Amino acid sequence: MRERAVPLLLFAALAAAPFLGFGEGYALTLLARAMILGMAAVGLALLVGGAGLVSLGHAATLGVGAYAVVALDANGIVEGALVLPVAIGAAALFALATGAVSLRTSGVHFIMITLAFGQMAFFTASSLAAYGGDDGYTLYARTELGGTRLLEDRLVFHYACLGLLALVFLFCRAALAARFGRVLRAARENPLRVRAVGFDPYPYRLLACVIAGAIGGLSGVLLANATEFVAPSYLSWQRSGELLFMVILGGLGSLHGAILGALAYVLLEEWLSHLTEHWRMVFGPLLVLSVLFFRGGLAGLLAPRRR
Amino acid sequence: MTAPLLRIEGLSKRFGGLAVTDAVSLEVRAGEIHALIGPNGAGKTTLINQVSGALAPDAGRILFAGRDITRLSMPRRVRAGLARTFQVTCILPGFSVLENVALAAQARDGSSFRFLRPSAGEDRLNRAALEALAAVGLAHRAAAPAGALAHGEKRQLELAIALATRPRLLLLDEPLAGAGPEETERLIALLGRLRADYGVLLVEHDMRAVFALADRISVLVYGRVIATGAPPEIRANPEVRAAYLGEDEA
Repeated sequence: MRERAVPLLLFAALAAAPFLGFGEGYALTLLARAMILGMAAVGLALLVGGAGLVSLGHAATLGVGAYAVVALDANGIVEGALVLPVAIGAAALFALATGAVSLRTSGVHFIMITLAFGQMAFFTASSLAAYGGDDGYTLYARTELGGTRLLEDRLVFHYACLGLLALVFLFCRAALAARFGRVLRAARENPLRVRAVGFDPYPYRLLACVIAGAIGGLSGVLLANATEFVAPSYLSWQRSGELLFMVILGGLGSLHGAILGALAYVLLEEWLSHLTEHWRMVFGPLLVLSVLFFRGGLAGLLAPRRR
Repeated sequence: MTAPLLRIEGLSKRFGGLAVTDAVSLEVRAGEIHALIGPNGAGKTTLINQVSGALAPDAGRILFAGRDITRLSMPRRVRAGLARTFQVTCILPGFSVLENVALAAQARDGSSFRFLRPSAGEDRLNRAALEALAAVGLAHRAAAPAGALAHGEKRQLELAIALATRPRLLLLDEPLAGAGPEETERLIALLGRLRADYGVLLVEHDMRAVFALADRISVLVYGRVIATGAPPEIRANPEVRAAYLGEDEA
């Protein structure tokens, strides 16, 4: 029961947050940011926790999604019915192409090659002079839904993010428990065993990359809308590292851990940066300690204890 | 005379200057246990690795049910009906015993690109897995985590996984390795029962088991087959006694 209770409580808290002191503009923006990064982290958790594939280039898929919004915006296209499929499709394609190559390697080499692809995407974005290059690009308006400006409303945007986060979470959780996820999880534990019962892990892992990439693209669209600004820093390897950190902080054993990790990361970063200019000096050690002492991550702290 | 289930022709593999498999030819018929014996380092596991697809041979052919499978990947060979067990136990320690076997059943049951239905609740897979577990006498441990099994039980689990892929031929690499005396008796009885339904290529060091089970024996020394025949012939073969059996009796 409690395995279901924690994510349920988490989503209930996020739904109630606007009426529990997080209703102000800035607090809502912060929560939206946490939910959007949480969504990308859930996709990454499917890769890292589910398939055992540690990617250090995941931010690139967010960037591809965000820059798809920019490219369409620059051409006067802001309709969500067009923006969303294009952005998600572009990110999925990016993940397909880079994944097809990266998956030829494993372990540390996989980490390094995903990092390399991420950096390639970063420098490509920096050189897009038409979209502001290093300086980034300010969107004229948020993405429209059926010609309406619904997403301009902070509350609507909050619940749109929450709804999509729930959808992404439920899909990933189902996929991990289903046949597809069973092959992924088995291949993480022992690839030879999986091959010896008749599965080639490659297509399953590649599809996992594509799913995570598509989710990254969706988060990219939302992130671009949340800030109404897109810059190459979206694709930086530091951002990829942050996402990876959220996943690990939350706990590799569960997908809702990634959401917990993202919330903790974003809120802690915000709170500490208000306390002191040198907040990173506190933040860094805190993260190290949390990894050392909460082996199962935040989700592990809340999970029922096994005897 | 029916064609053999497995036919190895002139298989060779070199590691640097060392010929680990040297023009090996042998056959396994359906319903036969063909034992492969030889001293340590004779190249038995290397041969199994080439037949199962874990290692590519330098020369020679492997025919399975009349089809050339020399270039096929391991997963494809398994789906064609060629299952193996490993000398060093190869299971999924974090999965339950049942799920270890259900994964194998899943490989034989349509597409695994399914995303919504929980696989743990798929009756058909669980039934097939339980059946395989019952065949090896491990059904009572179905719910246990595979990593918590005793060593002998892990050997049984490996066998159940191999059976659940619905093979026609089993490649068994030292299935008795490390099993206690009681477990060994159980496993020998079990392997004897398997003969009825499968062809078996058995690598084993336990000579009592080999002579109790094998219909034919091939002796591998330094990568070469020096003799093939029924157990009495092998026992009587002076070359074999000199190269191998003599060691144990000396």
